[in-house]
Amino acid sequence: MFKKILIANRGEIAVRIIRACKEMDIKTVAVFSDADKEGLHVKYADEAVNIGKPLSRKSYLNQESIIRAAKETGAEAIHPGYGFLSENESFAKACENNGLVFIGPSAETIAIAGNKSAARKTLLDLGVRVIPGGEGVVSSNEEALNLAERVGYPVIIKASGGGGGRGMRIINKTSDMEDGLAMASGEARAAFGNPDVYLEKYIEKPRHIEIQIMGDSHGNHVYLGERECSVQKRYQKLIEESPSPFVDGDLRRKMGEAAVLVARAIGYRNAGTMEFLVDKDKNFYFMEVNSRLQVEHPVTELVTGIDLVQQQILIAAGADLKFNQDDIRCNGWSMECRINAEDPDDNFRPTPGVVKDLILPSGPGVRVDTFIYEGYEVPPFYDSLIGKLIVWAEDRNKAVKRMHRALSEFRVDGIKTTVPFHMKVFQNDLFVKGDIDTHFLEDMDKDG
Amino acid sequence: MSPRTTRIQSPLAGTFYRAPSPDEPPFVEAGQKIEAGDVVCIIESMKVFTELRAEQGGIVRNILVEDEDAVARNQQIMEVEIS
Repeated sequence: MFKKILIANRGEIAVRIIRACKEMDIKTVAVFSDADKEGLHVKYADEAVNIGKPLSRKSYLNQESIIRAAKETGAEAIHPGYGFLSENESFAKACENNGLVFIGPSAETIAIAGNKSAARKTLLDLGVRVIPGGEGVVSSNEEALNLAERVGYPVIIKASGGGGGRGMRIINKTSDMEDGLAMASGEARAAFGNPDVYLEKYIEKPRHIEIQIMGDSHGNHVYLGERECSVQKRYQKLIEESPSPFVDGDLRRKMGEAAVLVARAIGYRNAGTMEFLVDKDKNFYFMEVNSRLQVEHPVTELVTGIDLVQQQILIAAGADLKFNQDDIRCNGWSMECRINAEDPDDNFRPTPGVVKDLILPSGPGVRVDTFIYEGYEVPPFYDSLIGKLIVWAEDRNKAVKRMHRALSEFRVDGIKTTVPFHMKVFQNDLFVKGDIDTHFLEDMDKDG
Repeated sequence: MSPRTTRIQSPLAGTFYRAPSPDEPPFVEAGQKIEAGDVVCIIESMKVFTELRAEQGGIVRNILVEDEDAVARNQQIMEVEIS
């Protein structure tokens, strides 16, 4: 087992990984930019190394700086968290070349997952239904227009280098393509250090349902249930739940087996997520492989009772999966609200600032994954996620009630948060019934 | 500071960008004439990009920060001689 792990990330996920390491008696090294000197991950880690200026490109995306920090502190492995370098194949390769274990899939797998045309060919050969389009990186406006003609509008431009809604644009007509490509590519470069984008047919009013998979280095693969992530704003997930209110046992098994089939075919190792779009007739279309731990992993942890971060570390250290598919039981219902430092009454304008008068929710079935504390200054250089409020209960109705109760307990001053927005959603009839798709928030806004 | 010079301040804390993207030329250079409403720079805060516009026209005399510098709320970023 590793004696020391460096966490190449910040914020709530860095804290999450440090917690998993502590419980396994693994020493931790935090890295921080000039803006994160007072970060909670810095306070909790055994050691901390300054890796550069606030700008992500100069710090959390700075591969040399991070690898140097690992070598100087004697860390044996690096956990990349999510975002930043977590899906960067050159970083995974650099770790390997420097004798460091990258906690995640291999560089080759990351490359395949990121190479949409290679991934699609594998899927088509396996007989898994895919979304039309996506034939590799789009390198010109003309190429994009030809592809869009072929698959039919509307189409969606997406970033190859990562998710989280960054570098995405829906294009309804030819005249929007050129600007859309430029904006998406610029955003992608800023977020992932990679301007590559690809194009797909845009399926209207689908449900976004994803399958958590786990594979060890001995060819064992399992799926750990599904997550419904349809409540999204500007392609960013805001609320997730497991299980999905739309998925019955039969669909779960079909999607889970498809996910494992793909994982096995690409030799996937460690934790990953297979994303699907599901239409109203329960047809599921493979969207993409997310070759990283996801923000919303807690809802899977709470219904399966499995610590996904610890599993990632065990697998990276060479251990076999201790459970097979039959051992995995999903129990109860979990929901997560992503809390952002944004003002829901001012078009979700981001509000960095100093946290005051903080009271976090607690009590039965409530979990808060955050990095903020009273007196902490939320910096303006990173995304606005300041915490995740997660609940577990015996069934969906109870989970909704519990989340509502937990949201009402949250207090903070000095920054704005999206808590009031989440309260609105948890009082919405359609949401409470589970009648949601990816247009839910748009529709809720229209109806007021 | 002469009475005919104004200083443009950043309305938010964030990252200062001189150009629309890394491959494009800066919005403004020192010595350049600008009109009221012209975009002079981008301030990025928590991944949201805000274009900063000049309130008054004139000539850009001094750019007080470097591309990709961190700026604080109300930090002075440009000097403009008003015409």
